[in-house]
Parts: sequence; C-alpha cells; structure tokens
Amino acid sequence: MLDWLQRNFSRRESLKSAGQLGLAGSICTALGIVTPASAANAKMAKGHAGHHSGENRTVGRVDHARNGFDPHAILTDWDRGTLSTDDQGRSVRSFEISAIDKEIEIAPGLFFPAWTYNGRVPGPTLRANEGEHIRVTFRNAGSHPHSIHFHGIHSASMDGIMGAGMVNPGDEFTYEFPAKPFGCHLYHCHAVPLKRHIHKGLYGAIIIDPDPELHPEHRDVALSRQLGSEENRHWQEMVMVMNGFDTNFDDENEVYAANSIAFAYMLDPIKIDPDRPVRIYLVNVTEFDPINSFHLHANFFDYFDHGTTLVPTLKTVDTVMLCQAQRGIIEFSFKDYEPGRYMFHAHQSEFAELGWMSFFKVEGS
Amino acid sequence: MSRANAYFALPLAALVALVALLIWLKPFETLAPGAPPVEALTFESVRLEPGMFRAKVRVDGSGPVSIAQVHVDGAYRTFTQSPPGPLGRLSSAELAIPYPWVDGETHVIVALTSTGATFDHSIDVAQATPDLFGPTAWMLLLVGLLLGLAPVAIGLMSFPALRQLGREGTGFILAMTVGLLVYLLIDTLGEGLEAAEGVLERFHASTLVWVVAIVTASGLIGVGRRGDKPPEGLKLAGFIALGIGLHNLGEGLVVGAAFATGETALAAFLVIGFIIHNVTEGFGIAAPLTREQPTLINFTSLALLAGLPALLGVFLGAQVVNPLWTAICFGIGAGAIAQVVIEITALLVRQSGAAKLAGAPVLGGVVTGLLVMYVTALLV
Repeated sequence: MLDWLQRNFSRRESLKSAGQLGLAGSICTALGIVTPASAANAKMAKGHAGHHSGENRTVGRVDHARNGFDPHAILTDWDRGTLSTDDQGRSVRSFEISAIDKEIEIAPGLFFPAWTYNGRVPGPTLRANEGEHIRVTFRNAGSHPHSIHFHGIHSASMDGIMGAGMVNPGDEFTYEFPAKPFGCHLYHCHAVPLKRHIHKGLYGAIIIDPDPELHPEHRDVALSRQLGSEENRHWQEMVMVMNGFDTNFDDENEVYAANSIAFAYMLDPIKIDPDRPVRIYLVNVTEFDPINSFHLHANFFDYFDHGTTLVPTLKTVDTVMLCQAQRGIIEFSFKDYEPGRYMFHAHQSEFAELGWMSFFKVEGS
Repeated sequence: MSRANAYFALPLAALVALVALLIWLKPFETLAPGAPPVEALTFESVRLEPGMFRAKVRVDGSGPVSIAQVHVDGAYRTFTQSPPGPLGRLSSAELAIPYPWVDGETHVIVALTSTGATFDHSIDVAQATPDLFGPTAWMLLLVGLLLGLAPVAIGLMSFPALRQLGREGTGFILAMTVGLLVYLLIDTLGEGLEAAEGVLERFHASTLVWVVAIVTASGLIGVGRRGDKPPEGLKLAGFIALGIGLHNLGEGLVVGAAFATGETALAAFLVIGFIIHNVTEGFGIAAPLTREQPTLINFTSLALLAGLPALLGVFLGAQVVNPLWTAICFGIGAGAIAQVVIEITALLVRQSGAAKLAGAPVLGGVVTGLLVMYVTALLV
C-alpha cells in the first residue's frame, strides 16, 4: 500500500505548489472563483454531510461449501490423525496431507488460485501430544514441487527443504519426528521461490499439547491444554492463522484475514460463553508485511510466546505483535462481561480494513 | 448477378467463411488451456456527492468481467453496482460507493475483479461535483464567458488598429495568425492524445484523435471551397472563428474538468491564463478582415462563434465527461484548426506568391505567433 501513498502525496504536493503561485491565485480568490485553502479546511469532512454512511466490509457472501472449508469450522477442527503403537513400543500419530492446486474464494466473488494442503487454507490443524512420534505422509498432487517444513525438532533429512523431503508432483514423502517441544507451531512449504509458495496458501498450524506428567510444577496448566481432558473441556479453544492474499501478484496483499476469509468473523461473530475461558492458538504467516498483530477490545490477555511455556511470557496485555512464523497462545475470559459484540483485529489499521477485523459475540450467561 | 458483381462478392464470401470457421472450430483455444482471462477496466468518470462516490466504469476483456469488491483508500467498502452482475465486453456500469470523503484530500478507489485483478482511480483533490443547476452554475457561466467570449471580443477590438497597416503589415499579421494557429493545433492534438490515454485500449483513442482531425479538416476544406472559391475575408474569418471556437470547447472541457475534479486552484489559474492567451485568438480572427467592411453584427457573430463553445465546454467538462468524447472533441478542434492553417497559408500564397512564404515577413510572423502563444501559455 506504500506505493499509492507515495504517489498521491507527490500529486497533492504538486497541486499545493500550484496553489501558491501568488497574484493570479489571489485575484481568483477575490473573484470568488476559488476557495482559499483555509476555507477548504474549515469545511473538511463534507463527505459526512450525506445520509449514506456505507460500511467497511465486503459485499456479498463467500460460498464456503464450494470452497470446501468453513472459517468457523476451521477454528476447532483439530486433525488428530490416527494413533498406533509401533514395534519399538512408541505411540505413533500418523497424518496424511496432500498438496492440491485449488481456486478458493477469499472474499465474496474474489477468487485466488491457491496451492493448498488438503484443499484448504490454512491446512489442517494437526494436534498431537508431547512425546508422541509424528508421521506425516505427504503426497504432492499439485503442479509444482512442494514440501512440508515443520517448525519443531527433527533431523536434517526431515527438514522439508531442497534435498531433504522436497516432493515432485505425483511423488510422496513421509516426514517423521518427535512431538516436541510442546506449544503452538507452524508448518509450511519450503520450496523456492519461498514467498510464492507460502503466500499461495501452503501453511498450517501444528499444536503439541504438553504432557502433564512431565510438568509437575504446572500440572493443572498442562492438563488444561491437553485436548480431551476434563480440564480442557472447560476451555473454549480455537486456532487462528493470520494470513494475507496478494490477488494481483504485485507483492502487496489485497486481503488480510484470520483463517483466510476476509471479515468472516465480523459478518458472523464467534460466539463466546462468558463463563468459560478462551484460548487462541495464534499463528502469523502473513507474507510481504514484516509483522501482523492481534488486538482485543475491552479486555486483556496473557500471552505464551510459541506456546512453549506454561507460564505467560507476557501478562495482561491487549495487543501482541508477531513476525512471520511467530506464534503463541492467548488466554483470556469474558466472565461477568455485558453480553454483546467485542471486537478483535490486527492493530495495523490497514490489515483490519482489508479484512482482518472480527467480533466475539459474548452471550448472556 | 453480373460477373463483375460476383468478383466483388468473392473475397467477401471468403472472408466470412474464414471468420466463421475460426469462431466455430476455435483452433487457438488449445494454445492457452485454463489461462486466466485478460481483463481491463477504466474509470470513465467519478462524481462526488456528499457522502458518496459515483464511479462510471467500463470494462474490456477476453470474457465478462465481474467486479467482486471495492477498496477506498485501502479499505473494503460496501457498494452497489448498477446494472448488477458480470459486465460484458466494452459495457459499463455505475458503482455507487457511500464514503465519508474529505474535502480537499486525496482518495483512491480500487475495483477488484473476481480474478483478483485490481484497477485503481485517484481523486487527487476531493470536491463535490458542481450541480448543473445549482449555485455553482453561475460561477461556471462566468468562467465560460471569461474564458472564451471576453478575450476573443477584446482581441477583435484590435481591428481598427490592424486596418492602419499596409500590405506588408497585413501579410505579417496573417502569418502571425498561422503561427498562433499552429501552436493551438499542436496543443489541441496533445490534449486529445492525453485524454485518449484514459480510454480502454480497444477504442484506439489516440489513433482516433488523428483520424477525427483529418476527417474534420478535409470536410471543412471541402465545405469552405464549395463553388471552387477558397475562403477569404469574412468567410475565412468565420472559419478561423469556428476552429478557434472548437479549440476553446476543448479548453472549456479542461477547465470544467479541473473544477469537477476539485482542482479549483488549478482551474482558476487556467482561467486567468486562458484569458490572456485567448486575446491573441481574437487578433487572428480579425486578421483576414482588414480589407473588408465588417459590420458590428459580423464582429458579434464571430466573437460568439469563437467564444461560446468554451462555455459549453466548461459545463460539459464539469460534469465529468467520458475521456473518449473528450478525445474526439479535441480531434475535431485540431481538424478545424488545421483547415484554417491551410486556408490562410493558401491566401498568403494567392496574395504574394509561393516564393514569399520563405520571406522574412512571413517566417517572422509565424515565429512571432508561435512565441506569443508560448509565452502567454506560460500563464496557464
């Protein structure tokens, strides 16, 4: 967006200098032909005089069924894979992921020729337990070489880069690595050109839940994070992958969102039960812009950077910023709040107004 | 059908058959399977009303173009499109975009099509589009009269002085008029080509400017020489007035558009500059009349012919006209000016002989005319 700002500033400057050419200008002012600049400023915001207000949003509705994924379902549709025990007695959690070329509707009527994992952007949210062995069978059904590079701890041969798990169209590769460290992580394609392969849609979240037995000092916290536990059921968990889409391929995003669809959670707010705490697994994969951010209205939250600790790395904040690939866990509560809509969005106004603007709808208790 | 007619029909039939075959067999479709459609979109005009942009857009492309969303200043905005739905090749639609625009500031509108292509339009200085029947109409009327009629009338007042000149002097004045008009010709063509840049490529607007200019010049030369008599005296003055009038129509469009797009400061300069500049035009109209006995009615008619189109131009321009029509107007203006340049030159040849064209008085006159126009144009 910087380009047009610069362009327009230069245009305005030139007009302004034209307005300072002296004698002729003052004659015109005297004749009443031209409004002096000060008078023009005095009647600023004339645009407000009308009855139309308009709204900062997209027009129409995205056909989620045609896309094959729904941003509301993505919030909580954890992919648990299949659990088995191998000959060495290890718990092996197996996932299957395919790279698929697919056109997706990212704002009403606005289509993007995406590269996807399993036909959706972001890809499936893989969820495993600390200490398990993860096995991901990756098939490339796309038209270019792709890979999966997991942010985690693994051997060089499992890195998903050139010469280590890069998969040609039609081929297949199995990534194996231990589920550690616990936290909220990212996976993405590491084929080059990297920018293109990432912003086309090849990314997703992988969440490793901590093993409570390994963290006796914060056992309760670990238990609350462990999907399926009694403590965990009390939480309202959701994943949000902050992303952007450069629809005209000029290295600037036309759409920003959490989970791909512009304004999805603004037009259909996320319902929140005020009596249960909220936990957001937040990942930033936004391409082209150095950072993205999360800002919550009327509330403060605790933040666990990368989710790799059980005590907050930032306490009582309402805004957090993340560089690309940075992620973390956000925890807060709307207990005793007045029912209503509470906004959350990127606090880069530009991103917010281009789609990354959302609501929580706190219900009556 | 006679054999001769059949010969004419042969190539026509062959062409029709070839085109039909191409449409039917689509031989080139396999060249680009699944290639994204080529799309083009231009903003032909944007009207600013309180709290509202009304943008007229026209599209071109390999298929229908769907406008999916609209950004204003880098933010998605609600809008309504009429008529709604995908737009066929070269068809247009109005986008009504409610927006709290700020007086005097810059706004950028971006249309995003279904393919994600973006087309932007900048409103450099936002200002409400003047209402044709509102209070600004009086201002536009004043501007139009100041722009065209007043300076031409003032220029015509030089007539008694011009009459005092001898044969050499008259030749010089006519040559100077050629210089003035050549300047206007270059200027008008330039404006036309500039306007053409804002038109969808398929209309080939810059070529059209030249074509229109040549057709207009040929037509006017033909009309002027009906009865095999080249225009002289009052008739020539009339054609000069017509050419200048059409040029002033273009100037009016520019000034009116400057008002409409909020560049009022710029428009005000244009007015002052054009007044001084256009006095010389009155001068040019008077030049071929030095040996005539024109009446006051003649002068009035000439002044109106040369001056009033500016008024029309200001009003049209203020309504944010389609750049294609603007380009065509400039093309007509250029053609009309070319005609009088040719006729005055012909007159000079008849009066003094072709050899004198290279003489100091004529060349000096032409150069003087060009320089006078250039120097006064610095005020614009």
